Amino acid sequence: MPAVQETVEQVRRIDVDQYKYGFETQIESEKAPKGLSEDIVRFISAKKSEPEWMLQWRLEAYRRWLTMREPTWARVNYPKIDYQDIYYYAAPKQFKAPNSLDEVDPEILRTYEKLGIPLKEQEILAGVRKQGEPSQLDDDEMTGGEARGRVAVDAVFDSVSVATTFKAELKKAGVIFMPISEAIREHPDLVKKYLGSVVPTSDNFFATLNSAVFSDGSFVYVPEGVRCPMELSTYFRINEKNTGQFERTLIIADKGAYVSYLEGCTAPMRDENQLHAAVVELVALDDAEIKYSTVQNWYPGDAEGRGGIFNFVTKRGDCRGARSKISWTQVETGSAITWKYPSCILRGDNSRGEFYSIAISNGYQQVDSGTKMLHLGKNTVSRIISKGIAAGKSQNTYRGLVSAHRKATGARNFTNCDSLLIGHDCGAHTVPYIEAKNSSAVFEHEATTSKISEDMLFYCRSRGMSAEEATALVVNGFVKDVLQQLPMEFAVEAQKLISISLEGSVG
Amino acid sequence: MSLLEIKNLHVRIEDKKILNGLTLTVEKGQVAAIMGPNGSGKSTLAYVLAGKEDYEVTEGDVLLDGESVLEMSPDERAAKGVFLAFQYPVEVPGVATMTFLRTALNAQRKARGQGELSTPEFMKLVRDTSGKLGITQEMLRRAVNVGFSGGEKKRNEILQMAVLQPRLAVLDETDSGLDIDALKIVADGVNRLRSPDRGMVVITHYQRLLNYIVPDVVHVLAKGRVVKTGGKELALELEAKGYAEYVGEAA
Repeated sequence: MPAVQETVEQVRRIDVDQYKYGFETQIESEKAPKGLSEDIVRFISAKKSEPEWMLQWRLEAYRRWLTMREPTWARVNYPKIDYQDIYYYAAPKQFKAPNSLDEVDPEILRTYEKLGIPLKEQEILAGVRKQGEPSQLDDDEMTGGEARGRVAVDAVFDSVSVATTFKAELKKAGVIFMPISEAIREHPDLVKKYLGSVVPTSDNFFATLNSAVFSDGSFVYVPEGVRCPMELSTYFRINEKNTGQFERTLIIADKGAYVSYLEGCTAPMRDENQLHAAVVELVALDDAEIKYSTVQNWYPGDAEGRGGIFNFVTKRGDCRGARSKISWTQVETGSAITWKYPSCILRGDNSRGEFYSIAISNGYQQVDSGTKMLHLGKNTVSRIISKGIAAGKSQNTYRGLVSAHRKATGARNFTNCDSLLIGHDCGAHTVPYIEAKNSSAVFEHEATTSKISEDMLFYCRSRGMSAEEATALVVNGFVKDVLQQLPMEFAVEAQKLISISLEGSVG
Repeated sequence: MSLLEIKNLHVRIEDKKILNGLTLTVEKGQVAAIMGPNGSGKSTLAYVLAGKEDYEVTEGDVLLDGESVLEMSPDERAAKGVFLAFQYPVEVPGVATMTFLRTALNAQRKARGQGELSTPEFMKLVRDTSGKLGITQEMLRRAVNVGFSGGEKKRNEILQMAVLQPRLAVLDETDSGLDIDALKIVADGVNRLRSPDRGMVVITHYQRLLNYIVPDVVHVLAKGRVVKTGGKELALELEAKGYAEYVGEAA
């Protein structure tokens, strides 16, 4: 509850520019020449000291990509992207894989500090405190300090991972958490086995592009029967101009394993658009569970719709084993264009897929997001809760597919899509596709569209709340079901973010 | 100085004139009942006092402690001590009643330059007041007015009033939709809040409520202005004779 107050304060402090992550870090960087060619793919692969098989994998994807066309079915409009006018690789100069975090450029550390990455991790990143030692930052207010300190972070700056915390402790539990570039070298068997097994290189235009040029990202493997002892998270930061970000994340939960993973993303404010095309693959084997949360806050563009990130992301989880479970939770507030459908393939019998989403659009943002739940196994269950909030002149579309295969006896889905409109110039759209090829499937779909009513705001204001406070309260109420799905410490962050995103959207 | 002074108030919504030179004074410690037939402007008066935007004041003024409130936003008025108990309380899905109360109270306190209430202080305040109104902890955890019965909604309004401690409370048809037991609980809640510093405007169509909240003065509203003022016995007279006389008179 006090978060509502905090939110409002925070919104006030932000003043002129609402996007507080819009700063640029002044560091020298090394870039590959602009444009895309086989040579660039080879350059990236060489920079990462990759084995030959990985290079061949990339090249195959690149050749495939040349034959593909950009999809146009989403409800988004944007100027044509010139794929030869983008840098596909940028790394902070003087960068050598840091074993000790003292070697990390202080400018980069300051960047992460500004991004509000939990301070204790900062201490660890900066080498002030050894892992596991009590922090001096513990104060009475942070009684949850222990839990907060135990979030392992992988920080990705432009094309490279600059730091991963808690590696040693995770290793003790048998959990592998490292940049994917490192995993390709150190765990080639695991990577070979699973990379591209959920999102094949030929999947779609943007995923194929990613397969050719992906630069870094996170790799997680949780072995059989292991419950990952802490939250894992990755913070992505695009800093360089005209640079695309193509990260690749691969998470595998072996039989009976559990892992909760969170990603956050920000970028500087720039007049031109920047391309982000990530791929995330999740694999859950028998009885395994993966919980994947995203707080997406890429730069959305300015008040006139200039600049902002084009976010074309392919995220898919494969419930490969029986009784496995994959849950996607996303809070989407950033990006000029969002094209994103985190999906679940419910292959294992009795497997379960969940999708909880809050998608907020303001200004000239365009969001086309949703999920796919593909029921293949018997008695598979899926649940979709989507909350879209449109303000300003934005367009917000939910697009979802729920399908039951011929053999998916007893498949069940529940879908709830609610849209909230703030103001008169925005739009909300719901495009659900439902296909049942098995007559025993039970699919339920509920959808509502409402406006934040003047009556509701007046009621709150007549009790003493300002227009901003009233809106924050109403919106927080609207998204509560989804916020509850986020790990505790991120739920508060997300709540603040939501209010910041809606700043200026009411009278 | 009077607590509330309404001077020659003219109000319209779109092209329709609703209040036509309404003049009315409420003193500190006074409970003023406003009665009148449907369409006489009772609810409009309530909304205009609280600052609802759809209404256009074309003439006249509303003074609280001698200060005009017409230029103030609804939240500024609330911070000055104006409270409206709604005839149809609004549902706020997903927001726990407790959260709503605390956000409102702290917003008002901040506007008045007071510090926020600590969690234990706030909890105690709510526990004390909610108990007397028969509001359970479970109800406080539920979303504001969502799935509340008519009686629960009205009790919730009185709870808010008790927590916010306004200087001027306007009760708009608080009796509508209540059975006799609920009416008594609500009336008791209102009576507990009577105080020498506080004024109340009790708007009602029926005399029944005034058996329980006994007014100091009764104003009859017809066609957008006060047509008669009297003591509490005026309410009984209206109950017996109906409004026909006043409707005719004003026309």
